[in-house]
Amino acid sequence: MIRFDEVTKVYSGNPRPALNAVTLEILKGEFVFLVGASGSGKSSFLRLVLKEEKPSKGQIHVLGQRLGTLSSRKVPYFRRNLGVVFQDFRLLPQKNVFDNVAFSLQVIGKSKGFIQEAVPDVLKMVGLVGKQHRLPHELSGGEQQRVAIARAIVNKPAVLLADEPTGNLDPSTSAGIMTLLERINASGTTVIMATHDAGIVDQMQRRVIELSAGNILRDERRAGYQTQAVPIQAIGVEDLSLRGEDL
Amino acid sequence: MRLGLVLAEVGSGLRRNASMVVSVVLVTFISLTFVGTAALLQMQINQMKGYWYDKAQVAVYLCTDTDTTGNCTGAKATQDQIDAVQQQLASPVLSPYVDRDYFESQDDAYSRFQEQFADSPATEFVQPEYLNETFWVNLKDPTQAEVLQESLSSLAGVQSVVDQRGYLDPIFDLLNAASYTAIGIAVLMLIAAVLLIATTIRLSAFSRRRELGIMRLVGASNTFIQTPFILEGVIAALVGSFLAGGAILAVVHFFVKGYLVVNFTGTPFIGLQEAAIVVPLVVLVGIVLAALSANVAIRRYLKV
Repeated sequence: MIRFDEVTKVYSGNPRPALNAVTLEILKGEFVFLVGASGSGKSSFLRLVLKEEKPSKGQIHVLGQRLGTLSSRKVPYFRRNLGVVFQDFRLLPQKNVFDNVAFSLQVIGKSKGFIQEAVPDVLKMVGLVGKQHRLPHELSGGEQQRVAIARAIVNKPAVLLADEPTGNLDPSTSAGIMTLLERINASGTTVIMATHDAGIVDQMQRRVIELSAGNILRDERRAGYQTQAVPIQAIGVEDLSLRGEDL
Repeated sequence: MRLGLVLAEVGSGLRRNASMVVSVVLVTFISLTFVGTAALLQMQINQMKGYWYDKAQVAVYLCTDTDTTGNCTGAKATQDQIDAVQQQLASPVLSPYVDRDYFESQDDAYSRFQEQFADSPATEFVQPEYLNETFWVNLKDPTQAEVLQESLSSLAGVQSVVDQRGYLDPIFDLLNAASYTAIGIAVLMLIAAVLLIATTIRLSAFSRRRELGIMRLVGASNTFIQTPFILEGVIAALVGSFLAGGAILAVVHFFVKGYLVVNFTGTPFIGLQEAAIVVPLVVLVGIVLAALSANVAIRRYLKV
């Protein structure tokens, strides 16, 4: 579904790579946490999957497409298979809930009939029944994130990318969002979520990929969030991954 | 559905940027008016050239008693010399170029002079014998005057061979200079218009960067994203070009037809026929420039 082959990403003006020869594969239907300190390469990873950035070296395959050979004209059509959620929601402030979700369908040319059917469905799924005429500033943070999730999944994407979706939310609201993401994952959508929220990762016990300075520190199934109380450079990579098993 | 959405985007963009849009309209209006005027002026020059050059004759001036210039030796051209010129004009070498020619005697020249300079004190001093006898030649092709000059100016009794077109050149030079000035101003204004359109579109895109970001995120095609912006620039420029077209038509109708044609009856002037060529051209230039500059301006927001 998503495969990184020795992918290196170097930003101009910074000799240290954001991702350093990363190789990994994410399968259909998986729920993956990307963890690591700020600047460890989580966002770069997500941007590379979205083809918002080009890798400096290496190959990326997403949904059977080799991103290196994808022409920029075809990128929009490729992105229709991906849903994205951000920490800051990125809703349109002057559009109400329904229109915010409908907007993403309108701009990819869906028919009015399809929109009238799909939007209420997805709003029901994310638990926003009866709030479709509210404006974003009239909603709580958790509700705004639900609108953003509804927008991301209304087109039934194969992959949902979430960049710290609970970063602005309190723990109980976050739990609600995680339940929602779990439900989306259960319906077959691959979910990749970058997060700093140790509680969520520990509780969910899903695949965890930990990045540090552009390298994969560990990649484990059914794992928890590892705090970084111990300086990483002081310990070998293998030691850390062992500690991951212990937690 | 999608068309409606695009048009709605265009409408909101134009409203949000009203003052910039007005300035785009004005700058394209002024610049295209200059372009159109310059084009009309060139057409006018060509028309006048055709008209006057057809009327322009080549004068073969013959010697008078007082003349010492050219081939003259202070003696009036003899009848033999006049006949020689006449023969030369009728010879197979020159006759293909000559449409018609006639001889003007000193008395003919005197009466024409009296008529032409009726108000001038010079008429009192000039006597018929001061004036040249002249062959007036109309050429089939007015640009071939040099052939006549070459073969006739060396004949005895010929003072000079003058192409009257030479008298017209300063006038056309002046008109050409005016037209080039108009073109120069037009080019400067067009550059300003293009930059202004680009700035307006960037501003419009900046004020909608959230929408643009989301559109790119959810996979709206580039065509779909850029069309409203290009249309925005084109519509603003279109209004300007229509105003310019109206101004050009007004100039032709009120100034050329209403003033010049009435007051300068001897001269041919351009009419609405020429304006009908220039106006669509001006509108087309406006649309193409606006579409191109808007396209370049928005491209930055479409990078993937």
